[in-house]
Amino acid sequence: MDIFVCIKQVPATSKVEVDEETGALKRWGVKSKMNPYDLYALETALRLREETGGRVVVGTMGPPQAQAIIKEAYMMGADEGYLFSDKRLGGADVLATSYTLSQAIRRIGDFDLVLCGKQTTDGDTAQVGPAIAEHMGIPHAVWVSEIRPCEGGIEAEQQLQEVIETVFLPFPCLVTVEQDIHTPRLPSMKKQRETKDRKVTVFGLDVFLDTDEEHYGLSGSPTQVERIFPPDSDQMHEMITDGDLAGQLHLMLRKWKFI
Amino acid sequence: MPFSRVSVEDIAYFKSILSDVRVIWGDAISEDYAHDEMTEYGSFLPDALLLPHSTEEVSRVMRYCHQNSIAVTPRGAGTGLCGGCVALHGGVVLSMQEMKRLLEVDKVNMTATVEPGLLLMEFSALLEGTGLFYPPDPGEKSATVCGNIMTNAGGMRAVRYGVTKDYVLGMEIVLADGTVTELGGKVVKSSSGYNLMQLLCGSEGTLCVLTKAIVKLIPEPKANISLLVPFDSLDQCVSCVPDVLACGCEPTAVEFMEKEVIVAAESYLGKQFPDKNADAYLLVRLDGADEAVLEPRVQRVTDLLLSSGARDVLLADTDERKSGIWDARGAFLEAIKNSTPSMDECDVVVPQENVAEFVQKSRDVSREEAVRIRSFGHAGDGNLHLYVCRDALDDETWEARRAQAMNRLYSLAKTMGGHVSGEHGIGHAKIAFLEESVGETQMSLMRGIKKVFDPEGILNPGKVLN
Repeated sequence: MDIFVCIKQVPATSKVEVDEETGALKRWGVKSKMNPYDLYALETALRLREETGGRVVVGTMGPPQAQAIIKEAYMMGADEGYLFSDKRLGGADVLATSYTLSQAIRRIGDFDLVLCGKQTTDGDTAQVGPAIAEHMGIPHAVWVSEIRPCEGGIEAEQQLQEVIETVFLPFPCLVTVEQDIHTPRLPSMKKQRETKDRKVTVFGLDVFLDTDEEHYGLSGSPTQVERIFPPDSDQMHEMITDGDLAGQLHLMLRKWKFI
Repeated sequence: MPFSRVSVEDIAYFKSILSDVRVIWGDAISEDYAHDEMTEYGSFLPDALLLPHSTEEVSRVMRYCHQNSIAVTPRGAGTGLCGGCVALHGGVVLSMQEMKRLLEVDKVNMTATVEPGLLLMEFSALLEGTGLFYPPDPGEKSATVCGNIMTNAGGMRAVRYGVTKDYVLGMEIVLADGTVTELGGKVVKSSSGYNLMQLLCGSEGTLCVLTKAIVKLIPEPKANISLLVPFDSLDQCVSCVPDVLACGCEPTAVEFMEKEVIVAAESYLGKQFPDKNADAYLLVRLDGADEAVLEPRVQRVTDLLLSSGARDVLLADTDERKSGIWDARGAFLEAIKNSTPSMDECDVVVPQENVAEFVQKSRDVSREEAVRIRSFGHAGDGNLHLYVCRDALDDETWEARRAQAMNRLYSLAKTMGGHVSGEHGIGHAKIAFLEESVGETQMSLMRGIKKVFDPEGILNPGKVLN
């Protein structure tokens, strides 16, 4: 199975500050890492390759320093890596990002399966994966907790709110995987040494099938971020000390709509 | 020495010092106070449980108990593993759990002053953002900082930073007769008479009650990385530790773990470990001022490990990856406990050069005594934790095999120049092994010291010494 995995570089900490004036995340001096949710997608891809053969290709859109996560993917076992880096791609919203990635994947080749993490820790929209599939015109499934290869496609188990739905997706298709589908393997120092000369292919929008700049980056983004702010954190404590403790707890959980 | 039981009059007096709610007695005392984490070592409820809020209250309680021959057992969070904080002879348990303030963080002298009930995990949370760091890192984070001092707990970072006693600069103590005195202070050097403070570290509440401690802090290392190193065999894994320590990578922690214990931790936590294809693993942690400092050290130790037979060197460089490994490591004790109805534990420490041999021979003991032994521990400082598991053995067989296996493990450590306890202490459960290990001359010196500090023998009787 030939698999493309979308990965993204995100801030390494959840304590990133927000610039009150511009609404942008203060990224200067903040360490980066691979989006933790993408690690589940990459691990799933590596296990499917071990089971069925084929290759695992990773790709990311980002600045030149995002090469670091491609190298990290090599340390985990990825075969090839691509960085889509071009100033004209900057400032992209969900629509432009997903369109860019769909163009990039098409440019690289034909894949049976495109895998994504269910969301990123810095954007949190969980929309880019499905939107790539829509741009590519291929079937997709989200919140997938298990993938079984089968004739001409895969069977995927989707974790819906109250049920697990098993769906068949014919190749080519796209899946976003749930956290904990598999525990991601750790990067290997041995592989770091084996792949130290493996190149990361970098390209921009000039090599895409669609080279119209209006479809990418800020120009191709119909939505703009107005303000980013940390969510409020509320903590409440209520002690139950007398009477029917379980009954009172039950009523309280109902009142707060936990059950 | 016979001690007086706590009477109604005594309770009335304690209430006059502490108020009604902080004196609990009779059936109202929770069973939790009858044991520590090792319920296997028996259940001993005190006559009264006292919860002081100040040094003055501790002093008045001690003076009264001293005058009335009432045994006093000081107790922190009760997370010990050798029955050190249980009221073997009834009397009073003096629980320090409500004296838990962080009194001061002195950034100039780089010290912190803590009350005895402050938990290790609370202390590290309170230090966040100060840029300072308290290095001792025992696995049990819900232990108290001062309980750690009184057992001289070590923990995983001992390889680089040393153990708890290395961070104790000052103490406020209450003696058996209620006298309050201060030792040490915010000074880093002292050559002023006998070092009583270091004597008290690890004295397990048999010589005094610790009511305040000044501990040394260091600048917080801004970067750290962990390496998980798989090996085909435990022998190969443990054998390369001396080279790791000597290679200049300056490890903070070097732990060893076996596949069986990892699998037990997975099942206990309900969480997969990132790698379990190998029989044995080393876990190495490096600390540094920044990533750039760590990179050459990681490369150096990788060279060494790969040439020493490691299958690979796996990198845990993000919070998620580190917690995936260290959470499992932190759960080993509970996971082993969960896998068997009962167990006994051995916390020996042996010279670095004997670690591999000790681990190998402990497997012989397990095989020959037909009892399951699980082990993990601090390969970098020679402190090994071995757990003899009862599993389905009947009472008689278990008792015989347990005793035989424990005797053999302790004798083995002794022949290698090792000691009975690396960090858990002696309590009442390990006294016979201590006597056997250090001999009469040292036991006699210890008894003499006890007599000087506590002539009536009321402080934590039956612990460390008989």
